[in-house]
Amino acid sequence: MPFITILYYGISIFIAAMLIWNFVKEKHDTQKMALCLIVLIPFLLRIFRIR
Amino acid sequence: MSREWIQKSLLICIVMTITILSGVQFYRHRHFQLPIVAGPGVTKVTMLSDYCQSLKGTPADTRVFFMEGAEEGGKTLIIANTHSNEPAAILAALIFIENAMVDRGSLIVIPQFNNSGSRNTKPGDGYVLFFDIPTEWGSKRFRMGNRNAAPLDQWPDPDVYVHYPDKKLFSFLDARNTNRTWPGRENGLLMEKVTFAAMELMRTEGVDVAIDIHGAETMFPVTNCIVAPKKAMRIATITSMIVNAREGFENHVEPSPKSFRGLSHREIGDFSETMPFLLEAPLPFLDQPTGPKTEALLLDGKDPFLLSLSKQKKLFVPYDSTGWSMEKRVGQHCSVILELMNQFSRRNRERSIIVSQVPKYAEIIERGVGFYYKDPDKADRERIYYN
Repeated sequence: MPFITILYYGISIFIAAMLIWNFVKEKHDTQKMALCLIVLIPFLLRIFRIR
Repeated sequence: MSREWIQKSLLICIVMTITILSGVQFYRHRHFQLPIVAGPGVTKVTMLSDYCQSLKGTPADTRVFFMEGAEEGGKTLIIANTHSNEPAAILAALIFIENAMVDRGSLIVIPQFNNSGSRNTKPGDGYVLFFDIPTEWGSKRFRMGNRNAAPLDQWPDPDVYVHYPDKKLFSFLDARNTNRTWPGRENGLLMEKVTFAAMELMRTEGVDVAIDIHGAETMFPVTNCIVAPKKAMRIATITSMIVNAREGFENHVEPSPKSFRGLSHREIGDFSETMPFLLEAPLPFLDQPTGPKTEALLLDGKDPFLLSLSKQKKLFVPYDSTGWSMEKRVGQHCSVILELMNQFSRRNRERSIIVSQVPKYAEIIERGVGFYYKDPDKADRERIYYN
């Protein structure tokens, strides 16, 4: 796997972790919770290589 | 469980349900296998990776059908689905694979050149995932693909695509466009490997004529035409005149621009002895100001917004309430390919290519495209190839 691809996977894992953290941290705003989950989908598909 | 976590659990369930329901459809589309019945003229079927080892085992590898005549002669390569959202190409290619008989020379057909692109879609434009062509034995289902390869197969995208070897700069999307990655390289991006493999095929097999089949918007000037570089211009011009005079459809000629790199009609001619041609048939489905991108629009090309634009002379092709049907597009491609081979053969007697049993424009319009496809259920299992 080329170095740049490994780096992009690293970035994807970082962003996914931030989104999960924001989802857990959010207490009241339902729209923000839903937004975090929706944005998270492509990152999870990429990280777990679901094709 | 607190009220907050009940709310969060409910949200996770809703998002997962929507994701799985839509994901199943995309999964079925990506993994759908198209049965291709090798006709009596097909003598061997290989993989494109036979010409580029680094392509082997990748989702971009694809089948190559050979039809070799009893007599030695010239060789023609037909490339279809370079852009998989221009499906008249694969429909025409399958007519050749399932029907053509080669008496002299060879015909080589790659029906799904951008295999990865054919398993991709364009959800932002609401593309249909499949389309069905009616036949005498039922209907034949095809994947509707996208212009570029799937980012699942070639990832990550660069910020800017730097073309090899000319270093011209393109949009990042063109890194996945097999009509910008010619002539390609063995250890480049996946789509560069695809075009490199095709270049190797042409160089190894000694291909004389390469025909890359496309479709283009009715609002785009390079539509309904044959694009050719200088060395192929004479044959393209005479072909255009003959199909117009004998078969009654217009198909003008466009010169291949020297400074626009990465395109098949430019690079094939510059990097091999092969004479390239690129065919464009009008495809209303690709135009932006249309109604919903339905299967009906794809197949009959009828759209009220385009009709209105046509009355205001905003289109580059004649357009009326009959639309621009798939039969017209496929028929044009078949007739132009046959005439290009005929004109090449007239000028190169020792390298002539004689092909029969392929219908022309009028026959395809009369009988429909599906008339020429064979029923995979009744075909010899060893003659069916899935792609």
